[in-house]
Amino acid sequence: MSLLSEIEECGEVIGKDTIDSFLACMQCGKCTGSCPSGRVTSYRTRRVINRLQAGDRSVLADPNLWMCTTCYTCYERCPREVRITDIIRAVRNLAAKEGYMSKSHRATASYVIKTGHAVPINDETKKLRKELGLSEVPPTTHKFPKALESIRKIIKKTNFDKLVGFDWDTMSLEERGEK
Amino acid sequence: MGYDEFRREGGKMKEYAYFLGCITPNRYPGIEASTIKVLKRFGIETRDLNGASCCPAPGVFGSFDLNTWLLIAARNVTLADMIGLDIYVTCNGCYGSLQEADHLLKERPELKEWVNEILSDEGLEYKGRIKVKHIIEVLYEDIGVDKIKDAVVSPINAKIGAHYGCHFLKPSLVRGHGSPEKPTILDELIEATCAESIDYKDKLMCCGAGGGLRSRDLNTSLEFTRQKIANMKDAGIEASVDTCAFCHLQMDRGQIEIKEKFGEEYNLPILFITQLIGLSFGFSTKELGLDKHSIPMTEKFIR
Repeated sequence: MSLLSEIEECGEVIGKDTIDSFLACMQCGKCTGSCPSGRVTSYRTRRVINRLQAGDRSVLADPNLWMCTTCYTCYERCPREVRITDIIRAVRNLAAKEGYMSKSHRATASYVIKTGHAVPINDETKKLRKELGLSEVPPTTHKFPKALESIRKIIKKTNFDKLVGFDWDTMSLEERGEK
Repeated sequence: MGYDEFRREGGKMKEYAYFLGCITPNRYPGIEASTIKVLKRFGIETRDLNGASCCPAPGVFGSFDLNTWLLIAARNVTLADMIGLDIYVTCNGCYGSLQEADHLLKERPELKEWVNEILSDEGLEYKGRIKVKHIIEVLYEDIGVDKIKDAVVSPINAKIGAHYGCHFLKPSLVRGHGSPEKPTILDELIEATCAESIDYKDKLMCCGAGGGLRSRDLNTSLEFTRQKIANMKDAGIEASVDTCAFCHLQMDRGQIEIKEKFGEEYNLPILFITQLIGLSFGFSTKELGLDKHSIPMTEKFIR
């Protein structure tokens, strides 16, 4: 399977045309010039697209792939209408599948599996909520255990738990070396 | 302007489901309290969206697995669809996820079919009858700058740096609010409180939190924030006003982290737009949760 078709498969929900738009890139570099991350890191948007065009799989292992904040500035400015930010998301999906997912990202994902929230409530905020006249616990999965069950069902259906390496017996992340 | 006057002018009472997300209710509930209070001034009621979850963050969960991202986002939209209420959000991340999911489901029938097959387990069905709105749209379109101006009783006399964040306006193709290169919507809302919205270097730059960068590489993420805040200080700005709970956390708590990591101290107060408007409507700093921010409010923002 070619790199292109694997990325297309990962990005199915955002559409094949969106993914394929990188084939039109003429390497002008307007993306890199617009990139706030490129100012402070060695992430070079143009280079990522260049490597995708060349079918270069090493792009999946490059930590720079994760330096994009998905600000969409490059996407807005691209003269060839390459949907760069969405492509980055799909390429990251493939990288995650191949095990290139940082421990901190796996932890963020595990909070949603455990609580339904990527940033769960704490005691300090509960107290502040009461002071502000709000319910102590928000009317979310925090308050409705059945809703949390629905989230977990979805996660099992898409195998997101396996992707993240979540152990349901210990309700925590499996030990996994970081690639 | 009070509710009665609003009704006399023929305003219809509007009700929204408030999609809270994570940061607003679990870290900055002052944003939640302020938003509900400000909307109530104009007769706009807020209803709980029971059983909602993380949106889930578009640049984070969208980067891990787009299928899971779409299903959970679609479930959140569907909770409001089931009770027939439009949604408003107070976080650009939530807006990014819910608005994009809604857009995709409206454009692509095969996705709608797939989502509904899975959501039917919970007795839910996405029909696409509602709209996902950002609080900025509710303030600007449902209420309007003039009505906000008329309701100001305690004018804000300060120089403000507007921070739009990224996902409220971009991708413009999906959001549909026009060009993201020179927006004025937030500046107009800020100036409705009598404050002055000041231009500054790289005004539209990202705060640095998104796309999973904050959790993966905090130092890099904070370097974006440091640049933005230093640019605002250089322009003589006295506080920054934002549209997004996640940017809000990054710029408020982030200043403490910047101090710890880089040894630089800025002390720039950070307010969410409904906190600024709330102050101008005469609500107290405490009622709006502003006294619990990491960066204390300066005199001009204490009521």
